[in-house]
Amino acid sequence: MTTGTTATPSGYGHRVSERLEPVPGDWKRVSPRYVWVDLVGQIIGWAIVTVASSIPWWVSGREQWWLLIFPAVFLVVLVLVAAFTPRRVRSIGYRLRDDDLVFRRGLMFQRFVAVPYGRMQLVDINRGPLDRALGLAGLKLVTAAAASNVTVPGLPMADAEQLRDQIVDLAETRRAGL
Amino acid sequence: MTDAAAVAKAEDLADGEWHRLHPATPLLRGGIAFVAIVGIVIANLRERIIDFFVPEAGRYGGDPVDLIERNHLIPVALLVVLGVLLLIMVIFYFSWRVHTFRITADEVEVRSGILFRTNRKGRLDRIQGVDVTRQLLARVFGAARLEIKVAGQDANVNLAYLSSRNADALRRVILRRASGVREQERAASQAATGTVASPARGVGDVLNERAAEFIAPELDPSLAPPTSVVQMHPARLIGSTVLSSGTLWFVVIVAAAIVGATMFHVYEILFAIVPTVFALGSVLVRRVTKSLRYSIAATSDGIRVGYGLLSLSNETLPPGRIHSIQISQELLWRPFDWWEVRVNLASRSRERGQEGRRGTSILPVGNRADVLKVVQLALPELLAAEGMPELVAAALERGRPGDGFTISPPRARIVRWFSRKRNGFALRPEAVLLRRGAIWRDLVMVPTARMQSVAIHQGPFLRALRLATVNVHTVQGPISARIGGLDTDDAVGFFRDAAAADVAAASADRSHRWHADRPHFAPPQAHERRPELPPSPA
Repeated sequence: MTTGTTATPSGYGHRVSERLEPVPGDWKRVSPRYVWVDLVGQIIGWAIVTVASSIPWWVSGREQWWLLIFPAVFLVVLVLVAAFTPRRVRSIGYRLRDDDLVFRRGLMFQRFVAVPYGRMQLVDINRGPLDRALGLAGLKLVTAAAASNVTVPGLPMADAEQLRDQIVDLAETRRAGL
Repeated sequence: MTDAAAVAKAEDLADGEWHRLHPATPLLRGGIAFVAIVGIVIANLRERIIDFFVPEAGRYGGDPVDLIERNHLIPVALLVVLGVLLLIMVIFYFSWRVHTFRITADEVEVRSGILFRTNRKGRLDRIQGVDVTRQLLARVFGAARLEIKVAGQDANVNLAYLSSRNADALRRVILRRASGVREQERAASQAATGTVASPARGVGDVLNERAAEFIAPELDPSLAPPTSVVQMHPARLIGSTVLSSGTLWFVVIVAAAIVGATMFHVYEILFAIVPTVFALGSVLVRRVTKSLRYSIAATSDGIRVGYGLLSLSNETLPPGRIHSIQISQELLWRPFDWWEVRVNLASRSRERGQEGRRGTSILPVGNRADVLKVVQLALPELLAAEGMPELVAAALERGRPGDGFTISPPRARIVRWFSRKRNGFALRPEAVLLRRGAIWRDLVMVPTARMQSVAIHQGPFLRALRLATVNVHTVQGPISARIGGLDTDDAVGFFRDAAAADVAAASADRSHRWHADRPHFAPPQAHERRPELPPSPA
């Protein structure tokens, strides 16, 4: 366990305090271009929330100033989320171990998932319009458990296809029952 | 029909050719709709019927029936009704004719539909369970529904309806093929069971048989060991139902309503409770009647759980189809040491509500000995492991140092007020055990061979406390194998070891063809192999 003195392997050299690091080693990171995809998605999402929460202010004649508290809070959240996007994207990583794939994401709310290759039911490649514009793709790994929920976003298209083939091959050799 | 003859018949049904369902199928499938239509008609003609029997009750008029009567259209109306009925019967007849199934060595296939044809195939080695249901109406005709459960949403293969005996025998044939027993062993086991000669049957025999089926115990004695492993006591069943948390909340709400009514003098509020009483009463009665004839027994092809009083159902779960198992206790059950055992199954992963809950409880209520028997049946390889029975026994108790569980550290008291000393996990090569809750106690066991993936989470609040949450993912169901408030180092170790155990168990698991690697076909006498359990420290 890291105890506040080591830098995270990703190399953004700040001192960490008690961060989870269950599988120390080299993580494969997603493409830096994915920052833009994530940024646009987050900004659109939070902008909608901000505008929606200002509706009471608009319909009440734009005089009740306190009705602007919620939109203001959401606007601050939007700015914060946008500001932390590059770091959040850098926190996404995956590792192909001998028998399983380990996926990590999250900065504040960290999550690590280990999925054995033999458990994978199918591997999806998803591309949104922004992904396509930037030549990226997301790889979704589906197991029999809905909670597994592993989606590796922001992979360059060629990498995604190569990774998919590699995982499918690995799954084939290690096939297990449900 | 004797058992041997039934098996021979079922072998005929499973010969890979196309077969039709029970001839009463259209009637049974349409039966519910028919009753509903008659009900609606009667409800609408209520006044007319009253009028017919009590003419002085006052004329009633102005509905379509009046219109028909006035314009002398009665023969036309009758013809229309007759025509519609005839059309429905013809459609039902043809839908029965085209609804065929076949069972080959590797899969079961059903095709149906007149205009929109569907063809569904299920692979036998992917079977999650085989369910035989006998609804009240179907029992009158000696018919039963055979449902072959396959993992996934709405993926079951339904054979509704078959004759009752055929259904039982066919289930056995399907399970045997699914188990991967090789041909010569199948022949051998057939010879062993097929020694009884079949006598000639007359009409009287058919009636006797139907009557015998009606009063016979749910489990056919020849298909399973004659006695259920657990006996359901009516008193315990009623007691446990009354003492469940649902009734507890009801009492609280009623008390609040009474106090409120007397304080503010609004006694009308009390009438609002009446429908709730009826609703609760019907739920309780349904639960009791459903479980009165509960039975569970080991067969060579997995465990068989039977339910129901008037509409019977029983389900066979082949080995390795139970994805997790939970032993839980309601608050008021503790003085009696009663527990409920539930399971997560892949075949019900997406079903919600009543349908989803049906069959996830494999022991509605039982004492500690019953629970251990059921767990032994459900996961036989688990309790056979060294030290496992002691671990399970400890898991049903208050947490003690050195009982084999890694519990939350003292600083976790903020997130686990009462249960800190119970909240813990134990990791064995065979299974993961999660022990949770001090007020509502429960134990979740996930066989490592069934774990889909494992995750570890930590938010900012838990990070400040150096705590983390571990989540063992299984197929969706009523049980969530998640445990929070663990020390970070413990959680990280658990995550690593569980991931490794999952990989090891997945590569070693062969339960999708559960008899394939056995040299000789021999039903495992699971209930006889039960290891000695330590007496419960009272």
